[in-house]
Amino acid sequence: MSEHEYTPKSKAGKWFNDRLPLLTLGAHLTDYPTPKNLNYWWTFGGILTFCLITQIVTGIVLAMHYVAHADLAFASVEHIMRDVNYGWLIRYIHSNGASMFFLAVYIHIFRSLFYGSYKSPREVIWIIGLMIYLLMMAAAFMGYVLPWGQMSFWGATVITNLFSAIPLVGDSITTWLWGAYSVDNPTLNRFFSLHYLIPFLILGLVVLHIWALHVPGNNNPVGIDIKKPSKDTVPFHPYITIKDAFALLVFMIIFAGFVFFTPNVLGHSDNYIPANPLVTPAHIVPEWYLLPFYAILRSVPDKLGGVILMFSAIFILFVLPWLDTSKVRSAVFRPIYRQFFWILVIDVLMLGYVGAMPAEGIYLVLARVGTIYYFLHFIVVMPVVGYLEKTDPIPMSISEPVLTGGAEPSLARKINDKV
Amino acid sequence: MSKEEKKVNRRDFLFTASYTVGAVGVGAVIWPMIDQMNPDKAQQALATTEVDISNIEPGKSITVLWRGKPVFLKRRTPEEIAEARAVNMDDLPDPQKDEERVKEGKDEWLVMLGVCTHLGCVPLKDKGDFNGWFCPCHGSHYDVSGRIRKGPAPTNMEIPKFEFVDSNTIKIG
Repeated sequence: MSEHEYTPKSKAGKWFNDRLPLLTLGAHLTDYPTPKNLNYWWTFGGILTFCLITQIVTGIVLAMHYVAHADLAFASVEHIMRDVNYGWLIRYIHSNGASMFFLAVYIHIFRSLFYGSYKSPREVIWIIGLMIYLLMMAAAFMGYVLPWGQMSFWGATVITNLFSAIPLVGDSITTWLWGAYSVDNPTLNRFFSLHYLIPFLILGLVVLHIWALHVPGNNNPVGIDIKKPSKDTVPFHPYITIKDAFALLVFMIIFAGFVFFTPNVLGHSDNYIPANPLVTPAHIVPEWYLLPFYAILRSVPDKLGGVILMFSAIFILFVLPWLDTSKVRSAVFRPIYRQFFWILVIDVLMLGYVGAMPAEGIYLVLARVGTIYYFLHFIVVMPVVGYLEKTDPIPMSISEPVLTGGAEPSLARKINDKV
Repeated sequence: MSKEEKKVNRRDFLFTASYTVGAVGVGAVIWPMIDQMNPDKAQQALATTEVDISNIEPGKSITVLWRGKPVFLKRRTPEEIAEARAVNMDDLPDPQKDEERVKEGKDEWLVMLGVCTHLGCVPLKDKGDFNGWFCPCHGSHYDVSGRIRKGPAPTNMEIPKFEFVDSNTIKIG
């Protein structure tokens, strides 16, 4: 935590702070020593906080007009779109907000993968982050069910049926999840309840995520431990707040672009058809942010195997800090791992693409290749490369490369050679 | 010493007894919280559906809703029945004779849940490689008896509990 003791200036402030040290917390957050070389990939934490608050605020407002009943839900969403003052705007912010949330979280996660932010001593931050990610997927899935269109209904059917793959108790679990013998009104009702709950669980985990972050402090692009505070750090405010604010503004421009110009481009037009339990749409696809996992599910010709592999694809990330054997955090100094990192990025993007395509022919082949590489990357590449790789020399401090002409690792190396 | 030991034992007993009673209490509260999510009485009340089958021509089928799920009722032609029965059991991923999937003496009536056993989509009729049903979601092919032949679905389409109330009416459930 903060290195120096904080004492409020005013008498009233001191009185209050002695009873509840909120001002000390505020001072800690303001003065929090932050590595001075944080680049724009580090602004997504702030952006994600913005996304969460946006979803909560717009969601609370939407819940004032939405009706969680199988006969009324679809019409109430159309009522929001047509009758409620600015209802269209609020709903489009909420639905596109979910996509923007995932866009930001994927950048945030890959930032961690590149700079080794999941490595010791930040494993707990990483694991809490993954729990947030899991809850985000649950919230997004249930939120997508609420409009009770065709994609809502059949998406809910397919996803809840994943649990029927569990041997022996699978069918009982699915019936229990549904509260009926198929996806029906009780399902919609409970999904609404949980959809309202989960964002607040996420909020609690975000507090823990930031708390856990403030114990070791931020990782940084060169991935070295730094003394805090020192010439390697700057106070969080105003240095990081202003950088975060600028990035947030750029992000909001993109966000607004979707909301005002193409509000439905990330959705599926079939969801504007009311739910019909007798007809399955010809081509069911989940929202874009779940497509890589969907591709993994479909790449396996066995029901249980596909489900296990899909869940493993997420849960393997929880043990990542222990699969990575490298002593160097940042991929900037890891010439071999760096290349595998980009292969993984391409692999996940490709899985996302084939997840949206029919599961046949070349797409099925690509999905299988992509799935195999995904698991190889974590189970084989990370431990082996970390062990064998000859890493570049890392700088002694952040100031060293910065003060001598940029964060270029090659420069840092040259200087190291001279020394 | 022995006195002290006795005291500790007595306290251990109290701890164990308290934890046990506490655990039973917690369990008694948690179970209703879990069980409330199971289908309620209103859902269970919808458990049977009666269907008039007098208007179905041979070779045709209808779909009815039972417990929120589609049920296919198909009146099969003699050729279709023969085709279903000519299949070699070794070709079936989930071997089951066609005779076991229909009521004896009512061989033309195939009554089954129109739900793909993979992930619950509704298969399309008269499609697929086996002259039966095809699921558009993940590509499972079913034959004229509703048995899985190709694709990710693990089992044949399920036969619900049903009976002939009279020659023109089927009661499902």
